[in-house]
Amino acid sequence: MTIVPQQTKKNTELWQNPNIKPFIQIEGITKSYNGAVPLRDISLSIYKGELFSLLGRSGCGKSTLLRVLAGLEKPTSGRVLVDGIDVTSWPTYKRPINMMFQSYALFPHMTVYQNIAFGIKQDGLNKTEIDDRVREVLGLVQLTGYEDRKPHQLSGGQKQRAALARSLAKRPKLLLLDEPLAALDKRLREQTQFELVNIQEKVGITSILVTHDQEEAMTMSTRIAIIDEGKIRQVGVPHDIYEFPNSRYVAEFIGSINLFEGVVVEQELDHVLIESSEIDCPCYSAHTGVIPIGSNVTLAIRSEKVMISKQMPAQSQNWAQGLVKEIAYLGDVSIYYIRLNSGKVITATLPNLLRLSDKDFQWEDTVYVFWRSENSLVLNS
Amino acid sequence: MKIRFIPVGLTRERKKSKKQFWGIYKNMENKFRPEILPLLWILLFFIAPLFIVLKISFAESIFKIPPFSEVFKMVEEHLLEIRINLKNYVAIIHDSYYVTTFLNSVLLSISATLVCTLFGLPMAYGIHNARDNIKSILLLSLSLSFWTSILIRIYSWMNLLSTHGIVNTLLLKSGVIDFPIQFQGNYYTICLGMVFCYLPFMIFPIYAVLEKIDRSYIESAYNLGCRSAKVFWAITVPLSKEGLLTGCILVFATSMGEFVIPELLGSAETITFGRVLWNEFFTNLDWPMACALSIAMMLFVILPIFVFQKKAGL
Repeated sequence: MTIVPQQTKKNTELWQNPNIKPFIQIEGITKSYNGAVPLRDISLSIYKGELFSLLGRSGCGKSTLLRVLAGLEKPTSGRVLVDGIDVTSWPTYKRPINMMFQSYALFPHMTVYQNIAFGIKQDGLNKTEIDDRVREVLGLVQLTGYEDRKPHQLSGGQKQRAALARSLAKRPKLLLLDEPLAALDKRLREQTQFELVNIQEKVGITSILVTHDQEEAMTMSTRIAIIDEGKIRQVGVPHDIYEFPNSRYVAEFIGSINLFEGVVVEQELDHVLIESSEIDCPCYSAHTGVIPIGSNVTLAIRSEKVMISKQMPAQSQNWAQGLVKEIAYLGDVSIYYIRLNSGKVITATLPNLLRLSDKDFQWEDTVYVFWRSENSLVLNS
Repeated sequence: MKIRFIPVGLTRERKKSKKQFWGIYKNMENKFRPEILPLLWILLFFIAPLFIVLKISFAESIFKIPPFSEVFKMVEEHLLEIRINLKNYVAIIHDSYYVTTFLNSVLLSISATLVCTLFGLPMAYGIHNARDNIKSILLLSLSLSFWTSILIRIYSWMNLLSTHGIVNTLLLKSGVIDFPIQFQGNYYTICLGMVFCYLPFMIFPIYAVLEKIDRSYIESAYNLGCRSAKVFWAITVPLSKEGLLTGCILVFATSMGEFVIPELLGSAETITFGRVLWNEFFTNLDWPMACALSIAMMLFVILPIFVFQKKAGL
């Protein structure tokens, strides 16, 4: 692959097309040491040009997986294939995989130029080739003119870009990004997210990003894998992960969600009816999967999909009566904590279309919360 | 697509008690300056004696107790006479005996430092990379060597290397040689003794710096395509520069003033600076000359180190 800016259109159907072979194949990677099992039978297929995120809490094994891919750690079992070639037994210095470390790991005794040239020099290129490549990636990350700076003379954002340039200079087949934005402050992070995606798309390099920041994963990636305790919980595009979590864990991990325990009382082709002791009336959910009547399920409704009204809704399903207990004002939105008659507290996120003093709902108001049937999700308990 | 996430829960203002506590601590710190302690110590036990030595170096040697003339003397009630005698310094520069011994010592110390670096760096690296339990055993054993007197350790080398020593006896008995080898009395053996005694001074500072190097630098170098040897020379060694420098200064400075090792392992021909100093003091009873030699050595040793350190940016 070459670092030539190319028009890559975001082909989101890559992984749905059975004719396309995955570029990176991770097959049943298990890692265990001293009784702990940081990775349990992880299998993933990543396609060319993707920016794939591994998302999970700290200590879930996502960084270990990245280190296994980089060759810095050996898996107990399983295989890693890059472009069809099994690299599992290859040492890290031979792999066409480069990693950008969380700490950036820019060599403090070398200038930016030397840092970037360091990797390419090992490939045995001649001086002009090295120089061309360094200038090329420096231009790509907009660090031209900073060649002679030492790492300690760079700002956090510049260090991050220098580290990215160093990883890109080797023209790896796979770029690994370990919490690339964690060391930056919030404002810079948001800006850098887009920069990073732009560079990644321009170069067209297949990348795997490790993060604990769901917003980062959501905005940047083509697909996300949610990892928990060394296992993959769900793989999907950001939209699917958010709107259609496959488990209670994923639902709770991403965003803010209200969960109700209930029992299926009616099951039709296009919907299920759930009765929950926590909600006043039956809940009609547009769920199409097969769930036998009488089974215990969890009903999930995203906070921003909960609506509030002072009038009793006309519909006979999907609502509950409650009392406003707390209002968290966040500027752009407010979060309402509403205690239902059953004692269950649910959260509703509403945009602040009006100033707070003109709000319709105040503390201790009796309100009705309701939601559309297609916005509730049924999760197996 | 972009989705905004809102953290659930209110962010309340944090309590200020912690900040206040640190504020108080800072005020306390301002009143007591911790650097006073080392400063006092150095003034009292290093700078002051150094000036006494400097003063004596300008005196003349006389047969008296103490064996030197007064530099500052009240001749009359209001007349202070300062007699500065530069004869000793002139002698040091002109007398080839002093110059050769000085150069001998410098050469010897540089060799000892080089050999210590050669052994110390891989040893420190080895300890650094050892498993935790082995690492602590190695470190403890190294520091244990300080617990035995240097005199005893050098005596055991004499026992090993003397004409009728263990090594010669073994070689003679096994028939490798017909006549005992003269190990002692040359600069190589003195260098060996110095390396043996001062190697820990090299290992410890390097080890300390190696431990501080972030592992991600090393991993990153591997990841960028380097094999072990290249990583060691391109990353590990430059990053442990500080420890190497400290080790070199420690070994070099102690070797320069060393008296016991050249005295015990050397001969009449292997004159080092430490031995010359000893002779001036105790054999010739020429205190001013000995003091002048000390000052000269200090200047010759400290100045290059000072410049070296400045250049290295420490």
